[in-house]
Amino acid sequence: MSAREDMLSRIRGAVGKGRAADAGHTVDARLAAHRMNLIPARGQLAPDAKIKLFETMAREASATLTRVPLPSDVPEAIAQFLKSENLPSRVAMAPDPWLGSLGWERQPLLAIRRGRAEPSDEVGVTVAFSAIAETGTLMLLSGPDTPTTLNLLPETHIVVLRESQVVGAYEEAWARLREARVGEGGAVAMPRTVNFITGPSRSADIEQQLQMGAHGPRRLHIVLVEG
Amino acid sequence: MQPTSATFKGNATDALADAKLQKALGHIKTGFIERRRKAADRLPEFEALRDAAKAIKDHTLAHLDLYLERFEARVIAAGGQVHWCRDAAEARTTILEICRAHDARTVTKGKSMVAEEIGLNDYLEANGVEPIETDLGEYIIQLRHEPPSHIIAPAIHVNKEEVADAFRAAHTHLPHERVLDEASTLLAEARKILREKFVAADVGITGANFLIAETGSTVIVTNEGNGDLTQTLPKAHIVLGSIEKVVPTLEDAATILRLLARSATGQEFSVYTTFSTGPRRAEDPDGPGAFHVVILDNGRSRMLGTEFQEMLRCIRCGACLNHCPVYGAIGGHAYGWVYPGPMGAVLTPWLVGLEQARDLPNASTFCGKCEAVCPMRIPLPKLMRRLREEEYERKLSPPASRWAVSLWAFVARRPALYRLGASFTARLLGALGRRSGRFRSLPLAKAWTAGRDFPAPEGRSFQSLWAERR
Repeated sequence: MSAREDMLSRIRGAVGKGRAADAGHTVDARLAAHRMNLIPARGQLAPDAKIKLFETMAREASATLTRVPLPSDVPEAIAQFLKSENLPSRVAMAPDPWLGSLGWERQPLLAIRRGRAEPSDEVGVTVAFSAIAETGTLMLLSGPDTPTTLNLLPETHIVVLRESQVVGAYEEAWARLREARVGEGGAVAMPRTVNFITGPSRSADIEQQLQMGAHGPRRLHIVLVEG
Repeated sequence: MQPTSATFKGNATDALADAKLQKALGHIKTGFIERRRKAADRLPEFEALRDAAKAIKDHTLAHLDLYLERFEARVIAAGGQVHWCRDAAEARTTILEICRAHDARTVTKGKSMVAEEIGLNDYLEANGVEPIETDLGEYIIQLRHEPPSHIIAPAIHVNKEEVADAFRAAHTHLPHERVLDEASTLLAEARKILREKFVAADVGITGANFLIAETGSTVIVTNEGNGDLTQTLPKAHIVLGSIEKVVPTLEDAATILRLLARSATGQEFSVYTTFSTGPRRAEDPDGPGAFHVVILDNGRSRMLGTEFQEMLRCIRCGACLNHCPVYGAIGGHAYGWVYPGPMGAVLTPWLVGLEQARDLPNASTFCGKCEAVCPMRIPLPKLMRRLREEEYERKLSPPASRWAVSLWAFVARRPALYRLGASFTARLLGALGRRSGRFRSLPLAKAWTAGRDFPAPEGRSFQSLWAERR
């Protein structure tokens, strides 16, 4: 017997006894329903309070955050941030069309390369798919316009986020993904990688002292576009 | 790794006398325990989430074969491959074959307790593939040729001077006299060295916190981001997961994730929670070109259908270790294998055999704290008690203790004899210990009195007082 058959028959022998004949249907129905279980009250706030909670929780997780009124304000906000932190003005940027359309030519001092991150890149600029207020978490998807390496390799990770992308709970973020990416048979078409990121990289593995910037970015900066 | 759980008592005695270890264990009380309490208090729904999470896992385990089949189908639909492995040997050879198929010389590894369980590093190394641990704690203990002593903080027993020594011995291309006296400089050095390894690795191996049946996704949770670099940069990503990691949907994972970080480190959420589905798509600019999921049984299916099925709800948060007075006194190495503390005391006997680990279920004060903090509501003390019974039934416990238990059972079943014995002993010990009120040493109880005094009974037995009151 193959290892697969052997393992499955052992499991079936242990838990399958006395199970209803249509257990397979039960399981398929359970999978199709993707029910919400229990969403904390904190994840179900009114829009204004939700954005405020996202900001509070993201800062608590040691991310920094700047608000800008308009998408066209983003390039200047990023140039300012890099200057104030004494960071290089050379950035690797996600080739996302919306991000690219924000008017970067008005910041001639920024040297922008679009594409995946290389190990030598010091600053990465990306967009998020969504953000979750209950814990100040960003949700980023891999794809042709959003390489995963940009989220991980540069020491500084800058994420441009719109207020309309902020949801209360993880389940709402999944619902948006299901809506945005319908695959065969109506199932969600997952990208290769979904990164939930809450603050910059850290480790407390040496004497339980918290240190920032373990392997991933040392800084996580969010530019939040209002409206 | 070879279990040394059989010599638990000697290991524990050594640990208690190890001043350096005792200092390191002090960090647990100030760190993990306090932070978990605050995080749990801050979320009013925390207790209700524990019930919801338990229900999810109970349902999944009752239909485990069906969910694993569906998970497999989704992995394949996403372009990945699934490898079923009955035991550690099958998992090791499967992983080596995948590494060889990719001409791998070095592999980076995210932290995986299942990889420790199957002794993967030694095996790969012996077969010409160099494994590099990338979690900072795992990297430190790999350099020191040690097993982890905690399931989420593997190097909790190591102080920073020892980390500096290990780095000087391993990173010989750097000036020997460099200053390495701060955790921050040590981290910076590890980051630099491991960054080169990430880029050079041919294959990346991670564990799995969850497997999602609905989508064929695997999930890892880290704070460092090492698991993400491990799986994103190389040509192939191998996920090593065990059968009980599967949950039905993305929403079910979200429910349990609300408990995991809060119970483990007291964080609201870990920094990186990553869902990986298949290899990179044709149009993706980065990501691994191949995706393999190794599903390991290694003794777990034998727990299904027994009362130990509850143990398979475990999400490896480490809260039971952090709150255990026995773990807090002796650390993880004394337990002699990969899984220490209360969860290890229940799981290890199933994975290495009760005869190899008969002391572990006895290494408990039954204070109940482990069950009180377990996010998945696993009745750890009950399961340890059940293992003690099994030791008695299978004659694995030492003859003297079995004889003592049998004698006690004989007396306890005869109330008149019990009353007589109890009141005689109470009066005898009361008279003998009247002067100081305690005994510094008692015959037949030397091990007990070695660590504390035995209080002398004051007056009559409980039963005679009770009889009078009624």
